[in-house]
Amino acid sequence: MVGRWVALCVLLVLIFFLDIAVGPVRIPLKSVLRIILSLPGEDKTWHYIVGQIRIPKACTAVIAGCGLSVSGLQMQTLFRNPLAEPSVLGVTAGASLGVAAIMLSGGGIITLYTIRELGISGSWLITLAGCLGAAVVMLLVIMISRKVRDNMMMLIIGVMVSTATLSIISIWQYFSDAELIKDYLLWTFGSLGGVTGTQLYILGLVTLTGLILSFLSSKTLDALLLGDNYARSMGVTIHRARVIIICSTSLLAGSITAFCGPIGFVGIAVPQMARSLFSTSSHRVLIPACCLIGTGLILFCDLIGQWPGNQTALPINIITALVGAPMVVWIILSKNNLSIYG
Amino acid sequence: MSGLQTLLTTHQLAAGYHVGGRPITIAGPLSVSIKAGQMICLLGPNGAGKSTLMRTLSGLQPRLGGHIDILGDGGASLHDPSRLARKISLVLTDPVRNSSLTAYSLIALGRYPYSSWLGKLNGEDKRIITWAMEVTGIGAYAERKMGTLSDGERQKVMLARALAQDTPLMMLDEPTAHLDLPSRIQIMQLLHRLARTTQKGILLSTHELDLALQVADEVWLLQKAGGGLEKGAPEDLVLNGTFEAVFDKEGIHFDKNTGSFHIHAGSSKKIGLTGEGASIFWTRRALQREGFQVMEEASLSIHADPTGWTLKSISDSQTFTTITALLQALRNQSIYNEDIH
Repeated sequence: MVGRWVALCVLLVLIFFLDIAVGPVRIPLKSVLRIILSLPGEDKTWHYIVGQIRIPKACTAVIAGCGLSVSGLQMQTLFRNPLAEPSVLGVTAGASLGVAAIMLSGGGIITLYTIRELGISGSWLITLAGCLGAAVVMLLVIMISRKVRDNMMMLIIGVMVSTATLSIISIWQYFSDAELIKDYLLWTFGSLGGVTGTQLYILGLVTLTGLILSFLSSKTLDALLLGDNYARSMGVTIHRARVIIICSTSLLAGSITAFCGPIGFVGIAVPQMARSLFSTSSHRVLIPACCLIGTGLILFCDLIGQWPGNQTALPINIITALVGAPMVVWIILSKNNLSIYG
Repeated sequence: MSGLQTLLTTHQLAAGYHVGGRPITIAGPLSVSIKAGQMICLLGPNGAGKSTLMRTLSGLQPRLGGHIDILGDGGASLHDPSRLARKISLVLTDPVRNSSLTAYSLIALGRYPYSSWLGKLNGEDKRIITWAMEVTGIGAYAERKMGTLSDGERQKVMLARALAQDTPLMMLDEPTAHLDLPSRIQIMQLLHRLARTTQKGILLSTHELDLALQVADEVWLLQKAGGGLEKGAPEDLVLNGTFEAVFDKEGIHFDKNTGSFHIHAGSSKKIGLTGEGASIFWTRRALQREGFQVMEEASLSIHADPTGWTLKSISDSQTFTTITALLQALRNQSIYNEDIH
């Protein structure tokens, strides 16, 4: 068990370093290392590329990997369904609606100006709107959850809310200019780049809050594995637990979606991998394991996206889906344990 | 029994559901109590409200009326899961098939109300878990995953989890459903012994009438939905005819003398039966199933002994080595008789 942790950590450090070292501009490994250790005497441009572009991007990958996989894990436990992930509760759809509201409300000179001036991912407005959208949808879901006793019913309601939200976006797109739709579509491809400076700190802080909330509820999550009735009989206040878990999920998935676009499949695939690798259901173990594996997976996907020699990096969302989908199929076929949640 | 502590009492309790805002009482009003060291079996036909009553008593669903007092709290802990978890532990019919959970870690979850915020177990927790596993005899498969266990093994794990929760009251909803006969008897005996040795108050619902009659200190008999509840020592309920009244249905009859159910003869075919030992018992069962009214003497009679069966009519006598052959002959004969008439 300890061996697996060590191996995972070593792998992670390696892939993190590789992610920084590889990019459209070729920089020797030795120089990259010197720049990371802030040793003097390296090229100014290289310094800028590594310090201002690649390291923030790798950090964003780490944050997104942790946040998305832990929120996926929470959703799967809460709904006792191995296919649950943040998007099923409408978190992703909510964030998308927020972003779409800003990007597609064409004609509004201020918004257009903001987007053009600051660049798509650099826009604070978009970030704020994304988080707000996620929060509004989550509030709606929490309000409905007061009326519903059964978590399976919650799952159905979540999917319905999500679908309705996405169709609102579609209507909006239908009546928008081609130019604006293109901007929005680019955002939906997902991007780890462009989260720099203060934004990175804010994203990190919000994600950390969500992760701490999640880790604090790891004991409750364990009890929820036996279903709502057993959990209540062991002393879990179901509604309070549900609100905490949903809050933590919307903090994690909402903020990451707003900053990086909707990144799919990490939320489904990583918790499954963590369970298989560590052969446990204890969330005390699974939460850190998900952080490590999720980080590794996103860094790996990012690496593939900017394969050496390739001048343009592929959007992260395409790669995660491409890598994630076969992975989920493989897990289902090899483990054949989809029925385990009852 | 007067010296025993009363763990739970209800006063005019009504259990049921809200359908479209309107309360529908399924069981009640009930005034019952559970004492320490008592094993109570909750019986009743399907739909009588056994599960509803149990869910109401254990706080899983709100009561429609009346009062529940648990260990002198005036019912306050029913609204506070963390307090209730130290008073009542449950074994439910909800499926737990999470395959990556080992039996041990599931049982350890029973320590939830006592462990630290991270769920770390201390020495005392571990001692109680070990005890729960010993009592239920699951040491051999403690490290197996839940998905790989049989129904009987899984049920014992759920029982051990409830024991690890270390509560004065235990409630079990049909703990012997889906189990084979030896496992059913094992679990019932275990619960009976636990009630005696640990002074827990145990309430369980079941359809196993004959087992319940043997092990229950008290039986709660729920009549049809919306009806009341009869309670008392199982033997009293049999003798005063309550059992018959509740379970008698068209074509089925509860036999006071044997404590078991019979399918009504429903026919005037009479047959005499003499013989000895197990042989006569099983022959009677077979004949009753065939629709005969079995008596000491009749024009058609059978003598059963360990070597075989002799069928005597007024004119004739035949011998058979199996009940199958005997029944076949009886069937042929009855067709023949009907032909004559």
